[in-house]
Amino acid sequence: VPVISAYVPVSYTITGRRQEGRDTFTVASQPEATVLPEAAPGQFDMVTVPEVGEAAISLSGGTGSTREHTIRAVGSVTRALERLRVGEQVGLRGPYGTAWPARAADGGDLLIVGGGLGVAPLRLSIIDAMEHHQRFASLTVVAAARTPADLLYPGELERWSRDERLEVRVTVDAAGPGWTGPVGLVTDALATVPIDPRTVVALVCGPEPMMIAVAHDLVTRGVEPHRIHVSLERNMRCGVGTCGHCQLGPLFVCRDGPVFAYDRVAHLLEVREL
Amino acid sequence: LSSIQDGDVRVVAPEAVDDLIEVLIRRGYHVIGPIVRDGALVHGELTSGRDLPVGVGAEQDAGRYRLKERADRALFGFAVGPSSWKQELLPQRELVWTGERSGEGWTFTSTSPRTPPVAFLGVRPCDLAAIAIQDRVLDRQELGPTPYRARRDRIFTVVVECGEPAATCFCASAGTGPAAGPGGDLVVTEIVEPDRHELVVGARSQRGAEVLGELGGRDATVEDRAAAAAVTEAAAARMERSVDIRGVASLLARNPEDPRWDDVAARCLACANCTLVCPTCFCTTIVDTGDLSGDHAERWSRWASCFDLDFSHMASGAVRPATRSRYRQWLTHKFSSWWEQFGTSGCVGCGRCIAWCPVGIDVTEELAAIGTEREVTI
Repeated sequence: VPVISAYVPVSYTITGRRQEGRDTFTVASQPEATVLPEAAPGQFDMVTVPEVGEAAISLSGGTGSTREHTIRAVGSVTRALERLRVGEQVGLRGPYGTAWPARAADGGDLLIVGGGLGVAPLRLSIIDAMEHHQRFASLTVVAAARTPADLLYPGELERWSRDERLEVRVTVDAAGPGWTGPVGLVTDALATVPIDPRTVVALVCGPEPMMIAVAHDLVTRGVEPHRIHVSLERNMRCGVGTCGHCQLGPLFVCRDGPVFAYDRVAHLLEVREL
Repeated sequence: LSSIQDGDVRVVAPEAVDDLIEVLIRRGYHVIGPIVRDGALVHGELTSGRDLPVGVGAEQDAGRYRLKERADRALFGFAVGPSSWKQELLPQRELVWTGERSGEGWTFTSTSPRTPPVAFLGVRPCDLAAIAIQDRVLDRQELGPTPYRARRDRIFTVVVECGEPAATCFCASAGTGPAAGPGGDLVVTEIVEPDRHELVVGARSQRGAEVLGELGGRDATVEDRAAAAAVTEAAAARMERSVDIRGVASLLARNPEDPRWDDVAARCLACANCTLVCPTCFCTTIVDTGDLSGDHAERWSRWASCFDLDFSHMASGAVRPATRSRYRQWLTHKFSSWWEQFGTSGCVGCGRCIAWCPVGIDVTEELAAIGTEREVTI
């Protein structure tokens, strides 16, 4: 086993690329030599484009040694990733951070709520939950986006909505041409989902205000905060708690998170600009 | 008696520091210690005792640092200056890895520092504690081989206890000085009296004892040890500033919306001087570069500061756009959340951030003001 410094990436070759939307795409890659440890749903990798930089990207799929990352081109690194084609290489370090709790919802309702790009870090959990649907009293996925064009994995959502193992609610803030689905905030869609507050476990990922609103509504419906899990985003430069950038109060989001039980972070998220 | 443990303790003449430097160089060490440069006592290479700032002192206060001439020939008659040992252990700029492309493929190779073994001469007790704090952050098993570890393994530490605290010092209340806590290879206490000028030197490691054995002098008596202890006791008694280092931890955690944050933000320039001179501030960022061929990539690590606007940058914008939130982050991290993260305060009481703040913000004053807002009676 080679001794790996936490700060040095290993080479992965891009084996697949799928455009997901206007500026969103999924990249699949396979190891060149060194194979990184398998990631659990919710964890992330540090993805390097040589000569450009590095960004923290959640795992959104992949089986065996293949890793999949769904990326929105918003900065220099993610725009460079957008330009890479099959056969080219990236550097990967990881997996880092905490995972979605895998068995916490056993015997109860599992509620998965994703907003915008936030569906990506939940995708592996959704697939996992479908495979083991008999563990849950119910399995519900709420997927939301600002517009139909921003909706992540629309084809998959369509397929899942016809699958009897789970209940799928899709909503957009503002409709566009051809949209026949519901229009409204994620919280409106959530309000129509029947849950048992005593047994439900919620996995929530999306923009921070959306996660706070969802958690607030669930708490109002009697769900204890520790049953709600959120995935936080902060600037991450190292992934291992040594660069200092991702701090939220006493927490290093990269190491203590990104997935947190809501009772651990609710009071911190209340403080503006913490 | 004193922090010098039982075992080898010798009393040597001040000139023996020359021998000390010579012995360390002969043993292969690059010796770094205090020198005068740019109007301040900073760390630089020492090739002999002549490089040491004999009879030099420094006056410090909030936003103020001035060299002064001492009336005696003290070798270490000053408190810490702007340099700290993190400059050696966590350099401001450092190559992390290089990448070489052949065809479509990239190979990434970690770099390990090629520096020779380094002897730190004149590590003050506060800075000895600071090194131990950075160890907790940067020297963790799960990180694998790191440049920090490589550097850390190659240092020889000569601690010099403090007899001349600056007005900015508060190590006594921080529990880190002026007598040396655990660690180091040699511990020196300089006794400077009108009719006596000697160094009491204790060994704290096998190699420390070996070096000490080459310095001559005589065995320390009970009286010598008492005289050494008296130096740091007097220094502690003279210290002007203090912080309730445990009390402020919960105080800060409870007061993120204290009006004092607005008050200090109105004075703070967000210049990051405090984080640069702080011996424990460890934040870094990375900069990736390539060359014109497109076949060679490098990743550099460099110091970063929570006072920089882009420190907390995300796709949705900076988490802390206001100076108020950036100052709060720095002070709260240093004095409060550090405990939860690393089981210790992030402050060692060296006072550098007070002296080198261009507008003279004094952390001891700010900490004393947090949570004391009285209700206004109309």
